[in-house]
Amino acid sequence: MCGEATGGILDFCTVYRFLDVFPGWLESIVVLDGLASWLAYALAGFFLAFLVINTVVMATALNTWFERRMLARFQARLGPNRWGPYGLLQPLADVAKLITKEDTVPDAADRPVFNIAPIAFLAPTLLVVAVIPFGENSFLGKLNVGILFIVGVTSLNTLAIFMGGWASRNKYAMLGAMRGVAMLISYEVPMALAITGVLLLGGSLALSSIVEAQQVPFLLVQPLGFLVFLAAASAEMSRTPFDQIEAESELGAGYHTEYSGMKFAIFQLAEFMAPIITALILVTLYLSGAKAVGPIPGQLMFVGKVVIVVFGMLWVRATWPRLRVDQIMGLAWKGLFGLALVNLFVVAIEVQVFRDLNGVVSTQELWVMAGINWMVTAGALVLFANILGQRKLRRPEPVPSPLANMSAEAD
Amino acid sequence: MYGFGLIKGLGVTMKNMLLPSRMFTLHQYPNRKIGLLGLAKKAGTNVFSYTAKQPVMAAKAVVGLAEVEDREPLHGRFRGEEFTWYEDRCTGCASCAKLCPLGIIKIVTHPSGGDMEEGEKYAIDVFDIDIGRCMFCGLCVEACPYDAIHMGSGFEEGKYRRDELVVTVDRLRSAPKHPSNWFRPQLESKRYQPDGAQEAASGEVGRHEQPSLHDQEERWGKR
Amino acid sequence: MTIRTEPVTINLGPQHPSTHGVFRLRVTLDGEVVLDVEPVLGYLHRGSEKLAETRSYVQVVTLTDRLDYTASMSNNLAYVRAVEKLAGIEVPERAQYIRVISAELQRIASHLMATGFLLNDLGAFATPLMYCFRERERILDLFEMLCGARITLSYMRPGGVFQDAPEDFWPALGFFLKDMPGYIDDLEGLITDNEIVLARTRDVGTLSAEMAINDSITGPILRASSVQWDLRRADPYEVYDRLEFDIPIGSVGDNFDRYLVRIQEMRQSVRIVEQCIRDIPDGPIRADTEYFMRPPEGDAYAAVEGPKGELGFYLVSDGGIAPYRCKIRAPSFINLTSLRDMVVGWKMGDLITTFGSIDVVMGEVDR
Repeated sequence: MCGEATGGILDFCTVYRFLDVFPGWLESIVVLDGLASWLAYALAGFFLAFLVINTVVMATALNTWFERRMLARFQARLGPNRWGPYGLLQPLADVAKLITKEDTVPDAADRPVFNIAPIAFLAPTLLVVAVIPFGENSFLGKLNVGILFIVGVTSLNTLAIFMGGWASRNKYAMLGAMRGVAMLISYEVPMALAITGVLLLGGSLALSSIVEAQQVPFLLVQPLGFLVFLAAASAEMSRTPFDQIEAESELGAGYHTEYSGMKFAIFQLAEFMAPIITALILVTLYLSGAKAVGPIPGQLMFVGKVVIVVFGMLWVRATWPRLRVDQIMGLAWKGLFGLALVNLFVVAIEVQVFRDLNGVVSTQELWVMAGINWMVTAGALVLFANILGQRKLRRPEPVPSPLANMSAEAD
Repeated sequence: MYGFGLIKGLGVTMKNMLLPSRMFTLHQYPNRKIGLLGLAKKAGTNVFSYTAKQPVMAAKAVVGLAEVEDREPLHGRFRGEEFTWYEDRCTGCASCAKLCPLGIIKIVTHPSGGDMEEGEKYAIDVFDIDIGRCMFCGLCVEACPYDAIHMGSGFEEGKYRRDELVVTVDRLRSAPKHPSNWFRPQLESKRYQPDGAQEAASGEVGRHEQPSLHDQEERWGKR
Repeated sequence: MTIRTEPVTINLGPQHPSTHGVFRLRVTLDGEVVLDVEPVLGYLHRGSEKLAETRSYVQVVTLTDRLDYTASMSNNLAYVRAVEKLAGIEVPERAQYIRVISAELQRIASHLMATGFLLNDLGAFATPLMYCFRERERILDLFEMLCGARITLSYMRPGGVFQDAPEDFWPALGFFLKDMPGYIDDLEGLITDNEIVLARTRDVGTLSAEMAINDSITGPILRASSVQWDLRRADPYEVYDRLEFDIPIGSVGDNFDRYLVRIQEMRQSVRIVEQCIRDIPDGPIRADTEYFMRPPEGDAYAAVEGPKGELGFYLVSDGGIAPYRCKIRAPSFINLTSLRDMVVGWKMGDLITTFGSIDVVMGEVDR
């Protein structure tokens, strides 16, 4: 894995090589010669994991503040502004409050499962960060199955949600978990299909190669795939209009109804982390990731795009109501599934037509593809909207019922 | 076009986010954060001269730590706690206790023995208002024939014990006189503001003008 | 092969985010589908009717504030009208206009709250609710200016209102009326065309006109079921017979129609208040009544078109200073009885929305 020389950000190979080249102090600790290499490997992993997790958690803390402030602005309020400059220390206060809370476990709960569920929920979310290329490569180097890793790891969330809901022995939690499993599994399908379109165009499963292939951001090349991915991703992280799992007004808090204290905090952490992670994936796949533009370094561009995407998702969250559970499933299978297939079909044909002998599509041809795909997108969306529910917009003219008519009584 | 409504909604929320006039009329009780611009405006200067004059405060304002007091400006008729009571106007008739829907006013009087020319006057021993049970309907104020009791203008009466919520006669005597304009059009016509620093004297809160010395002489002195 | 499944019974409430007060619903669910609902009432019972029997006629006004605490003015109006009918009091004209103004403002405030909470039940994450509250706040400010309180107003007295509006009330009211149509447009832009709202509320929880009349539903819910019935027009009280306004009705009686009727009624209320400001005469604001009045023996029923429906007070007098019996016809309570007809067969999410669209206030249901 660490054969070739890598550049860009600090990654596993760099750390490992550093520890491998200077093994003097390692050997002074470990007597056996053969173990030193193994220990260097483990230490490198530990060091990186520590770094990554803390960075992401800090970013999440910032995100909670950002989300609450922006949401407040959308709702014509002010949001937290008391503790620290502009309320920036509010996440700390939240953590302090949640830590000091009593950790209650229901009597009938399935304790081991109940306790594992938060960790099982948080871990996959964190794992995704390992393969996101922040520079030329990710923390794990040029992992050649990056996208498969993401698709596989994020689907573990479903299990954690069901564990939490089932182990709570609470009907609200159970309902939330049931909805969650049905919804998350359904939305994996259009999401995977949308990603496949990107893979065809990028010609690789490695995220860094996909980023390199984006001479034109794939958002422009396949807008339909982007829309499908956006909808599916916001369903995956269960935010409005797809927040059936929690559905505050219906189920109280959904699958984490019975959680309190630090376990609840972990659920919340993972939930607030989800937009960041989704934005990371989205930027990598569709917005040409950490590609430097002129003098602006790639990392800065990356962060900027992530903030914009997070804000966009927040905007949607602040505006739209929630769909009903059967409508959400219907949207996944009747709508997004078909749209993703259309996108995949069109992109596959185009790639077959346009690619040269090495399987590479040039920039000019990407622009041509973009033109075709925008037309396809507009056509598909109009068709889709007409099939799904144009008639719902029409409202019959109200006619006073003859049963109780005031003017009739006055006569 | 299907889907247009969703985008229109996004536009509405964005408009409401960006326009400051669409904000809630917020009062961040008891004090609010203020920016540098607001501080300079409050001091009556521009930003640069303010920064030169008070660099510490300006730096605090830039990082969002400067605070100024911010209280809800109450309307004159606000029915609040801290009943205002004028002992010299009160005759101890207990009309207020009678009309109180909850019966939370307790009055004990005894004949004072003084002022026998105008009829016997009663001195107040006990005038307890249990504002822990009060619902601030203001009927006691409406009932008072001599305008001796008025609603107050405060609302900061958080206490740790219920019995501390009983307003005793001593507290009523010593409390600052900030009567509410509620059911007191005579105060309103004088444009009296209860939340101001100005206290209302017992002579000016009555529904009727206090007779001048000359009038009193005319009416009573010739008997 | 069929899988044997059992219906699940869950308790919605008394502490549930969307049950609009302390209200409990025992719901039987088959998966997500509602099989049966059984409301359990009485968590907020304070015995207002019994308490009224031990209070004088003026004191009862303060009790009526606490019935429908989102619409105190309408409650006050209904009660004082019953007393006036009982005692035969003539109300001065200016007082009638002021009463109509305050009742219509209260209707706007109550409808705003209903709309906001309906959207909150739909899952709109409090944004429309906050917009509604922002506008409601201005009405409450007007009320504070008018009578010194914001929620429990106790503004009206048998024979009029207790005090004339202050000078600065009228310009403030004018500014509010100028802004309000724009606010309603904003709200409609956010909600009315929204496809998600349409998908969630259209044809959901339908109540037919026959059913609504049989359940003796009143108010916006009845009108949403395309029955044009409004006490302000059918049995005009105060000065409503001199005012011009339309009575909006819905077409099918689903959740969306109930929402739309409320929005249109808000516009009509703005219209009514504008006419009242134009027409209001000078004069006394309170008839000469005693504080401890003794109406002659007899009974009287007076009803007003409150924001929730027909709000009526039936008073029996035995000639004493307190009513012998006070019966309250609470529209929320009677409208709530139609919940089961509306939601059975729909999904869990629709149950919550339909309940929100009925707009009940538990203080009035349990009394």
